[in-house]
Amino acid sequence: MSDYSLTRDQKLEIYYWMRLTRTLDDRAVAHWKQGRGVGGMFSQRGHEAISIGTGYALATEDVVAPMHRDLGCYLLRGLTPRRIFSNLLGRSTGPSQGRDANMHGSGDLSLNLVGFISHLPQSVPVALGVAMSFLYRNERRVAMTYIGDGSTSAGVFHETMNMASLFNAPFVLIVENNQYAYSTPLSQQMKVPDIATRAAGYGIPGIIVEGNDVEAVYAVTKAAIERARDGGGPTLIEAKTMRMMGHAIHDGAEYVPRELLAEWEAKNPVTNFEARLIAQGMVDQVEIDEIKHRCEIEVTDALEYAEACPMPDAATVEDGVYAP
Amino acid sequence: MSTVPANFGFTEAEQIAETDRNLTYIAAISEALREEMQRDPNVFVMGEDIAGPFGGAFKVTKGFSEEFGDRRVLNMPMAELGFVGAASGMALMGLRPVIEMQFADFISTPFDSIVQYAATNYYRWGAAIPWVIRAPSDGGLRSGPFHSQNPEAWFVHTPGLKVVAPGTPADAKGLLIAAIRDNNPVIYFESKPLYRSQKGYVPPGDYVVPIGQAALARMGADLSIITYGAQVRESLTAADRLAADGINAEVLDLRTLKPLDTEAILATARKTGKVLVVHSANQLVGVGAEVAAIIAEQAFEWLDAPIHRLGGLDVPVPFSPPLEDAYRPSAQKIYQIARELAAF
Repeated sequence: MSDYSLTRDQKLEIYYWMRLTRTLDDRAVAHWKQGRGVGGMFSQRGHEAISIGTGYALATEDVVAPMHRDLGCYLLRGLTPRRIFSNLLGRSTGPSQGRDANMHGSGDLSLNLVGFISHLPQSVPVALGVAMSFLYRNERRVAMTYIGDGSTSAGVFHETMNMASLFNAPFVLIVENNQYAYSTPLSQQMKVPDIATRAAGYGIPGIIVEGNDVEAVYAVTKAAIERARDGGGPTLIEAKTMRMMGHAIHDGAEYVPRELLAEWEAKNPVTNFEARLIAQGMVDQVEIDEIKHRCEIEVTDALEYAEACPMPDAATVEDGVYAP
Repeated sequence: MSTVPANFGFTEAEQIAETDRNLTYIAAISEALREEMQRDPNVFVMGEDIAGPFGGAFKVTKGFSEEFGDRRVLNMPMAELGFVGAASGMALMGLRPVIEMQFADFISTPFDSIVQYAATNYYRWGAAIPWVIRAPSDGGLRSGPFHSQNPEAWFVHTPGLKVVAPGTPADAKGLLIAAIRDNNPVIYFESKPLYRSQKGYVPPGDYVVPIGQAALARMGADLSIITYGAQVRESLTAADRLAADGINAEVLDLRTLKPLDTEAILATARKTGKVLVVHSANQLVGVGAEVAAIIAEQAFEWLDAPIHRLGGLDVPVPFSPPLEDAYRPSAQKIYQIARELAAF
């Protein structure tokens, strides 16, 4: 793991991305709670260490297919807060131009970013296909994607992991085990305590990582990515975390015990990383405050920009169903 | 002669082009695939049992592994949902997968990946998914409920897909080439009953039948039979018998089911004023219902008789010969309905 230790500059960069992710997410939550959003909204609160730790381990030429809890990964790949808020608010300036809701449809191949669909397990074989295209063309690139604990119950999860192993594909799957699939706790989804143990059934490594520790997430992901790049095949990484809000903004998640949320709030990935950086003497409070301020300004700008952007023209509703 | 069984006679394509272009329907499919793979290194085939000397359940890709190597002839485990999803990922990266669905009946297994992922992707975020699924469909072959189906209506109903269904060897080649070059997901329904029993002239080399264009298989003035796939042959057989009775039937082969060639449909309806729509798929909410609705909406005043439809019954495709024959349209049934329609 020490091969993948981070420099001070890298750690500060990671902190910035985590803070930007949390700031944007908080702002969106507030906006929706004020009734100013469009449609639904899915908070990623608590997933910052996973989306940033994994996304930061990718090389520019690698391709990633994040899902709705991976706001940080979209930001890292270069999808700007302006474009993200535009999509959230159904504006024509978002990556889906008002075609798809919230973070769905936020793909952009120029950023090596593949969008997801609500049928989350269906994105997993697509990301494997991206990895298979690298094999086909003999390219030293890696494809990575994410699913939650819920999607690991779908048959296509098994189909994809079996094929990834069979083809020795340069493929990394991040399972974000946030303990709830909508309202259903893990205990009602599976009998095994660790999803990572399923990897043994495919003859590939299954790694468990503390999903709220960004440095740990980065280290295991970087190792898996470089292993895949060197022809070592796929890896399944189970990042254990907690979904800190409801499934979507409408959901108060009353079914989650408050003690469990309190326990995980103490493991807040953003503030804990911040405290660690200060404790290590890598950064002082002034620098932290500067980063926070920068993030606030960026997010405010993005929201104002998106609100000022035009809605799509209804006359375009039938445009772009087919590629020319 | 000794090389013919091993390679379907196509390793020396030029020789064939100069001598005999009277090919079977299935040979035309193989030829289109082979020529597209020779032309474009991004085109490859994937599916169950298609590689190696076996060459697929129907031998469409026999000899392909030898010619193109394992990299471009990808055998898949029995996981249609997984590998159609993977094909979408490969297509996103600019490759052009041609997926062999061993039987069209099995296409319900990857349904999610087709209608939810691939079909919506370009509209949702502008990234094209240019794959083709070859779906061996239709029955009359005593193959039972799970090797005889015609599930095209599901996909015609799905925005973002294109659907083709060739009824002749030439169209089998030309539409497959068009499908491979199209930048959208295309479902190519090939008709199993035509595979080795239907022969016809197939143009050599680069032959494209544009998606979205129907073709008049026979000219006539008394009534129109609008059909596609294996029912084109049945309709032409019926038309010959009708001609002997002094009834001149026009036969319109739709060839593409999505997008439908509305102009050609309306033109023949307006010309004859009497329309029979025929397909092997069950009639209820089938493609024929849409064809009939188009005519009723846009050519009503030209009609001299109610539009008739003839499709499969609303039952699973039965196995035993008398049951399957009762289920499916045939030249005889088409002939009988057309006689009544002509006399209306």
